[in-house]
Amino acid sequence: MADIVLDKVSKSFPDGTVAVQDVDLEIADGEFVILVGPSGCGKSTTLNMIAGLEDISSGELRIGGQRVNDKAPRDRDIAMVFQSYALYPNMTVRENMAFPLKLAKLDKETIDAKVDEAAKVLELTPLLDRKPANLSGGQRQRVAMGRAIVRQPKAFLMDEPLSNLDAKLRVQMRTVVSRLQKQLGTTTVYVTHDQTEAMTLGDRVVIMRGGAIQQVGPPQELYDHPRNLFVAGFIGSPSMNFLHAAVDDGTLRTAVGDVPIGDRIRRELEAGDAPRELILGIRPEHFEDAELVDDDTRRRGAEFTAPVDIVESMGSDKYVYFTLEGERASAAELEELAADAGADFSGGGASLVTRLSAESTVREGEDRRVWFNLEKIHLFDPSTGRNLTLHEGRSSGALAD
Amino acid sequence: MADTTTRAKLRWGLLDVIVVVFALVPVLWIASLSFKTPATLTDGRFWPREWTLDNYRSIFDTDQFVRALVNSIGIALIATLVAVVLGAMAAYAISRLDFPGKKLLVGVSLLIAMFPQVSLVSPLFEIERQLGLFDTWPGLILPYITFALPLAIYTLSAFFKQIPWDLEKAAKMDGATQGQAFRRVIAPLAAPGLFTTAILVFIFCWNDFLFAITLTSTERARTVPVALSFFTGESQFEDPTGAICAAAVVITVPIIAFVLFFQRRIVSGLTSGAVKG
Repeated sequence: MADIVLDKVSKSFPDGTVAVQDVDLEIADGEFVILVGPSGCGKSTTLNMIAGLEDISSGELRIGGQRVNDKAPRDRDIAMVFQSYALYPNMTVRENMAFPLKLAKLDKETIDAKVDEAAKVLELTPLLDRKPANLSGGQRQRVAMGRAIVRQPKAFLMDEPLSNLDAKLRVQMRTVVSRLQKQLGTTTVYVTHDQTEAMTLGDRVVIMRGGAIQQVGPPQELYDHPRNLFVAGFIGSPSMNFLHAAVDDGTLRTAVGDVPIGDRIRRELEAGDAPRELILGIRPEHFEDAELVDDDTRRRGAEFTAPVDIVESMGSDKYVYFTLEGERASAAELEELAADAGADFSGGGASLVTRLSAESTVREGEDRRVWFNLEKIHLFDPSTGRNLTLHEGRSSGALAD
Repeated sequence: MADTTTRAKLRWGLLDVIVVVFALVPVLWIASLSFKTPATLTDGRFWPREWTLDNYRSIFDTDQFVRALVNSIGIALIATLVAVVLGAMAAYAISRLDFPGKKLLVGVSLLIAMFPQVSLVSPLFEIERQLGLFDTWPGLILPYITFALPLAIYTLSAFFKQIPWDLEKAAKMDGATQGQAFRRVIAPLAAPGLFTTAILVFIFCWNDFLFAITLTSTERARTVPVALSFFTGESQFEDPTGAICAAAVVITVPIIAFVLFFQRRIVSGLTSGAVKG
C-alpha cells in the first residue's frame, strides 16, 4: 500500500503529439481516484504511465515515496485490470489468478491459500477449474479483479473495467468494485469515460481534457462548483443547460428572460477586457414548475414561459424539454462535449432540459411557466471557459455580492 | 422447408464425394500399382490380382532411396525449423511494433514469394558452385528458407495479430519479464499458428523438385523427388514403375504423419475467452 504522486508528468510521442501535459496529482494511500474525460483526453495514457506500460517523457512519478520512472512494470508492484479483462485463455481461472503469484515464486501452498481466499471474496470458488472461454462477461470481469487482488499489490489500476458489461451488470459490479476497494483499503486509480461511474465510485475525481487536468475534487464539489465550462458540461446527466447571455447594463439578456447580476460579478464585468457575451449554465434540477413553487422560494429565482417540446416521465420526476428562441451558446468546449456524446445532430434553436416535480401537470405542446433558481446559476466566459461565478472555489450564483 | 434442406444436403454431399474421389483416385492408383507384380502392372485393374511387397523391398534394398530419404527429412526439417523460428521473430515484430521500413520489409518478402523460381535456378547454380555450396545440405536449405520465410512471416503475423496485446501487458503487470511473457502467455497461444506454418513450410520443402534437381548432382544431397526420377530398373529391360510407385507412397507417409501429428495441436479458437465477447 502506498501513495502515488505525479509530479509534472508529461507524455509526448515521437511524431510530436502531446498526449499528457504537466499532470500534477497526489493520490493518498488508500484513496480511490477516478480519471475521467472524453476519449483522447489522456486518461488512459496517464494510467499506463503509472503502470509502466508507457514511458514518461518528462516529470516524475513516485509510488510510496520512491521514484519509479525507470522501473519495469513488474518492479512497481501494482496490479492492473484491463478493459478487455486480458485473461490468459490457455489457463483455468485458478491458473489465471495464480499466475502473478507463481511469477513471484511463492510456494504452492501459499499460492493455493491466496487464490482460494480471493476466489471466496469474489464468489469465484465454483468456477476455479473453468477456462475463461466458458465464463460469462461478468464472471470474466471478476476473474480479472481476482488476478489483481490476489497478490496484495501497492495499488490497483483499472482501465475502464466495467465498460464491456451490459448496463444492469455494470451497476451491480460498480458496487462490487466499491465494496472491494473499501474492504482492502488499497490505493486505486480508476479510468472511465462514464461520468456516472466517476460520480458514484471515487473519493476524488480528476477531470481531464486534451491531456491536461481540468479540475480535481470530490464528486459533489465538481458537480456544485465546476471550475470551467468543460467540467460543468461533462459532469451531470442530463447535462447542464447552456444559454447565450448578452451583458447589457447590469443585467444579462437571455432566452429565459433578463437575469439580474450581483455586485461581485458586475465588478468583474466592468473590467476593460471583460467579455460582453457570456454563457449561462443551469442544471436541469434547478428548474421547477412555477405553479408548484411557494412564495418564499419564488423570490430567489426568476420565471419565464416557453413551449413544451417533450415530457419524459421518470416516475420520481419529469424531464421536460423546452424549445427556446434565440442564439445557441457556443464555445469550443461545448462542441467537444457534444462530439464526445455523439450528438452531431441538433434540431435548430436552443433547447432546455428541466427536471420538474412528478406532481407537475405539464403536457406536451402547451406553453408552460417555469421558475429557475438564480442562486444556482453559473456564468462562463466563452473564450476561456472560466466560471465567473466561482469565488474562492465556491459557486454562489449570479446574484452574489 | 425440410424438403429443400434434404435436397441441399444431398447436393452438397454429392459434390463432396466427387471432389474427394477426384483427389484420391490418383493416390489410390499409385498405391495399387506399388503392390502389383511387374507382370500385372499394365493390366489396368484397380485392385491388384497378385499382391506383392517386392517393390517396397527393392527400394529399401538400394542405398540410393534410403540415402535420399535421409536427405529429404534432414533438409526439410532443418529448413522448417529455421524458417519458423526466424519467421516467428519477424512476424512478432511486424504485428507488434511500428518501426521504420516495416512496409518495405513486408513488400520485399512478398516480392520474393512471387518471384518465379525458374528464373533463379541458373544464377543460384552458379553462385553455389562458386561458394562450394553446390550439392550440399546447406545448398538446398538456404534457398528453401529464402522461399519459405515470406510464407512463414505471412501466416505467423496473421496469427500474432489475433492475440490481444492486452495479454502481454497483463503478463507484464503480473510480474513477468518480456521473455516470460512471450514464453508463458504468447507462445502457447501462437502454437496453432506455429504448427500450421511448420506444416506448410515442411510440405513446400518436401515437395520441391526444381531446386533439388538443379542444385544437387550426387547422393550427397539429392532429395527423394529427384532420386525418384533417377530410378532405373535392375537391368535396362526392367520397368521401374513399380518401384517408383512404392517410393511415391513411402514419401507421402511422413507428410501425412507430420500433418496428423500437428493437427491435434491446431485447436481453433484457442484465444477465445481472453478478451471481451
